Amino acid sequence: MFGDFFSRALVAGVGLAAVTGPLGCFVVWRRMAYFGDTMAHSALLGVALSILLSVNVTLGVFAVAALVAGALLLLQRQNTLSTDALLGILSHSSLAVGLVIVGFLTQVRIDLMGFLFGDILAVSVEDIAIIYGGGVAILAILVLNWRPLLAATVSPELAEAEGLRPEVSRIILMLLMASVIAIAMKLVGVLLITSLLIIPAATARRLSATPEMMAVVAAGLGVLSVVGGLFGSRTWDTASGPSIVVMALAIFLVSLAVPTSRLFGRREHNGA
Amino acid sequence: MNALTPKETLITLAGAGVRSGGRVLVEGVDLAIRRGEIVTLIGPNGSGKSTTAKMVTGVLKPSMGTVNRKAGLTIGYVPQKLSIDWTLPLTVERLMTLTGRHAPEAIMAALDAVGAARLLKAAVQELSGGEFQRVLFARAMIRKPDLLVLDEPVQGVDFSGEVALYQLIRQIRDTTEAGILMISHDLHVVMAETDTVICLNGHVCCRGTPNAVKTSPEYLRLFGDRAGSALALYEHHHDHEHHDDGCVVGTHGEHEHDHHHGHEGHKHAH
Repeated sequence: MFGDFFSRALVAGVGLAAVTGPLGCFVVWRRMAYFGDTMAHSALLGVALSILLSVNVTLGVFAVAALVAGALLLLQRQNTLSTDALLGILSHSSLAVGLVIVGFLTQVRIDLMGFLFGDILAVSVEDIAIIYGGGVAILAILVLNWRPLLAATVSPELAEAEGLRPEVSRIILMLLMASVIAIAMKLVGVLLITSLLIIPAATARRLSATPEMMAVVAAGLGVLSVVGGLFGSRTWDTASGPSIVVMALAIFLVSLAVPTSRLFGRREHNGA
Repeated sequence: MNALTPKETLITLAGAGVRSGGRVLVEGVDLAIRRGEIVTLIGPNGSGKSTTAKMVTGVLKPSMGTVNRKAGLTIGYVPQKLSIDWTLPLTVERLMTLTGRHAPEAIMAALDAVGAARLLKAAVQELSGGEFQRVLFARAMIRKPDLLVLDEPVQGVDFSGEVALYQLIRQIRDTTEAGILMISHDLHVVMAETDTVICLNGHVCCRGTPNAVKTSPEYLRLFGDRAGSALALYEHHHDHEHHDDGCVVGTHGEHEHDHHHGHEGHKHAH
């Protein structure tokens, strides 16, 4: 089934979407969209540094994304600039520094467009192995820590008072995001990664009554976006990464038209 | 419980205080909470009530003095303010198992005890202030806590809801062995059942039974003039009856409009 590039792209994309859906729910619940974007932008710096230091690119991207997240946490403690401004600084400067370093790497040819917008049709069997290995690990960590992660999201104070450790939950989520960015970069590119986290989760909200249901629905919608986007890109010969995002957006827009919010989150015992 | 055996002490704070960024948030707090006891903290904003409560729950470590918890102390916590974003779909049923697993029967029993069983499948964002507070009580009680910490439990609840919540606290005190630490939203009102009132203003400025604090010169000097009144005790006068559904209905004509507990009204828009 891995014979042609299109099947490989489908298998890789489906594996990625199954992970970004549930993790994306936390990004939406905790209002971390811009934070995710910042980590994703830093991925290019990760690529550049990995090539410069001749280390594994996936590991390099993970390390740099995690470092940027850590830097943000430290800067937030200073209580000077707003988180918003700090994210803006980290996001664009890490992207810019990455681009500048890439410019110096004259001895290696780097497909810049591939890193920025992804090149899902070029995924290899090894890439698929990384996506599924990493994806299973990420989902396992998410499932095993689900209750404390959710409790910390609802109220860190309550979670801590009742013996959980919300600070640890926060770090786990950051590391999981760094991992997703590292494995997703090749597929959809640093500029589009967060869309796979946010759009399916946002669509799933209207179709779900519990957090668990939202996570599963988001994974399903993500898979649908990948499959629809890839077939669309083959049919109309459009760029594959952006086509997937456009498909996710289309599903989101359709979901807005369906008055599903009336189905959930509403009391059953009175009509008032 | 045998009245002669001294009740087990759940937590003791001795000279406890918290310093943060060179500033002392609260210092010299001595307090002990025993089973079946209600301790109420009062004081103006910034007086260290929440800081003290956080030392009790363990969220903050004391930078001065000591905090001694009974080994294996289970704490149930009702936060001051909990706003759950619309993006997070959460039913009452799911909220009940937020920090731990519980059987469906236990969930029903806990909700039933606060008169909120029929809200099981409701989304938390759709509850009224009073309903949400009841559900939070049930959520804290399902853990069978040794110590229940209530941070301004009646804040944002209308008068009839307030009556019902105080009734609920009284019932928890009477039917469980839990100790209760309550932070009062109001400088001038504490529950009459309170065993110890601790009045804070960066330090403990006075303490004692509600009646003792009511007449203490420190209390009057600090807070008495604020609203031109002394400490009022929230007493249970049996001037209303409870209907089967937990609604409180006044029996005195003049209270009737105040005490009508409208469960169906006051929905929060989101």
